[in-house]
Amino acid sequence: MAGKKALLTAAAGLTAGAVALRRLTARSPEPDDTHRWLVVTVQRAPDDVRPHEIGPLKDFGDRIETRINAAPGDRGTELAARFRDPAAEGGGSVAARVAGDDPRQDLRRALREAKALLEAGEVLLPDAPPTDHESPGGKLIGTLSRRAGGEGVL
Amino acid sequence: MKALCWEGVDRLSVEQVPDPILRNDQDMIVRLVAGTTCGSDLHLIGGYIPFMRAGDVIGHEFVGEVVEVGPAVRRHAVGDRVVVCSFVGCGRCWYCANDLWSLCDNTNTNPGIGQALFGADTAGIFGYSHAMGGLRGSHAEYVRVPFADYGAFTVPEGVDDTSALFVSDSVPTGWMGADLGGVGPGDVVAVWGCGAVGQMAARAAVLLGAERVISIDRVPERLRMTERHVGSEVIDYSSTDVGAELRERTGGRGPDVCIEAVGMEAHSDGPMHVYDQVKQQLRLQTDRPTAVRQAIHACRKGGTVFILGVFAGAVDKFPLGAVINKGLTVRGAQMHGQRYIPMLLDRIAAGELSTSHMATHTVSLDEAPTAYDMFKHKTDGCVRAVIRPGG
Repeated sequence: MAGKKALLTAAAGLTAGAVALRRLTARSPEPDDTHRWLVVTVQRAPDDVRPHEIGPLKDFGDRIETRINAAPGDRGTELAARFRDPAAEGGGSVAARVAGDDPRQDLRRALREAKALLEAGEVLLPDAPPTDHESPGGKLIGTLSRRAGGEGVL
Repeated sequence: MKALCWEGVDRLSVEQVPDPILRNDQDMIVRLVAGTTCGSDLHLIGGYIPFMRAGDVIGHEFVGEVVEVGPAVRRHAVGDRVVVCSFVGCGRCWYCANDLWSLCDNTNTNPGIGQALFGADTAGIFGYSHAMGGLRGSHAEYVRVPFADYGAFTVPEGVDDTSALFVSDSVPTGWMGADLGGVGPGDVVAVWGCGAVGQMAARAAVLLGAERVISIDRVPERLRMTERHVGSEVIDYSSTDVGAELRERTGGRGPDVCIEAVGMEAHSDGPMHVYDQVKQQLRLQTDRPTAVRQAIHACRKGGTVFILGVFAGAVDKFPLGAVINKGLTVRGAQMHGQRYIPMLLDRIAAGELSTSHMATHTVSLDEAPTAYDMFKHKTDGCVRAVIRPGG
């Protein structure tokens, strides 16, 4: 019974993975998608948000452009970033995203980390090691976890 | 150290794992005094939330003693006796600032998974899969507590460990259902489920002034416990037509507020249970929403249904027509514990709220796999098994 449930669970995991992949592939054909602003809302006043002074974004230097706007309803500051020359950066394909080679993944991660630093003062690190022994399903989840900081709908 | 690990679907094992370490300046390390089984753990154990890795430590409801603090921890010191909220909140994002702690922006270390599944990532939870943050669970000798100043609360003198333990998760979850469900004086409230969360939702409804509170379950000892310790009327759904009974007890109107405290592995009598079981086991739907459907049908026109049970994905035969045509408000949430925990500790200290009766069994960490089996099958009158690593 446990074996059957494990198989069904693996199938559910693959289904969830397929949903995520479908979302990736559904977005990628848009020609201008790689030039779209990636945006987070930071619970700080606009004067407190200086993108090029925040470590994770500072490292990108002139490769990115940024903008900030006051968020409506006293929700803080909208912080946006994108690559100045997406074509030169490469990536953008589904294959690059799955392989973790899309530079926009690094930019998403940097934006999230910048927001965490500005709001909470630190970026929460996962427990280490995540597990002390591996299984095939665990390796798949481990790969998803490593990609998760740079993926999503941001 | 020893810890209770998920090793695969329906397989738990006590293993040796590395001791936790301070990974961030706002972390602290807590030595476990007591933890407890929770119904939501069963969804992980049974493989209904497919984001677990073999070796993951489970458990999220606990009380303990502080043994180490990070350099940025201000509100706690070594030796403090603390109860820790199962959800981790940074305390400073917009959601935390607005008391919506389970929606914290900064505590899920795997945000892309939640965003792919739900359209947004939610807060991290101890020991609740890599979709919900990947943080180690609390069924261990020690646990790392991130953002400790916001998630850990000193237990007042006079509140014993077992009473404080349930303030970690089940008590604030139940309270939230009644509070955000809008329960007020004069209301008739129906609660589906007489587990710990359901009992606490019913008790919250009583304390918030409801005129009548009616709890629904099928397990005799849980029904008796709810009558005795919560002050709620009860209905045994295995021998009673719940819809007809609720209409009769409410003058034909239906309850003003219906709180579902059952979740994705709901049981019921009748063909819909078989239908949901088959679809869930074939993974054609992720959750069994039997109690949610019943709550929506039973609720009075213009009333509120609050979904407290854990659901992970998509459900079938959701009665949207009843929601629209009866003008219902349907709301759900994972629990915003930090919003309620200080008040709940005060109420326990004042004797207004009893929680320790839910601890029907006490076991060591080595006995935890057996305790989960007992808890899952509701044998020996088990409502909650308390796990004490120190014996």
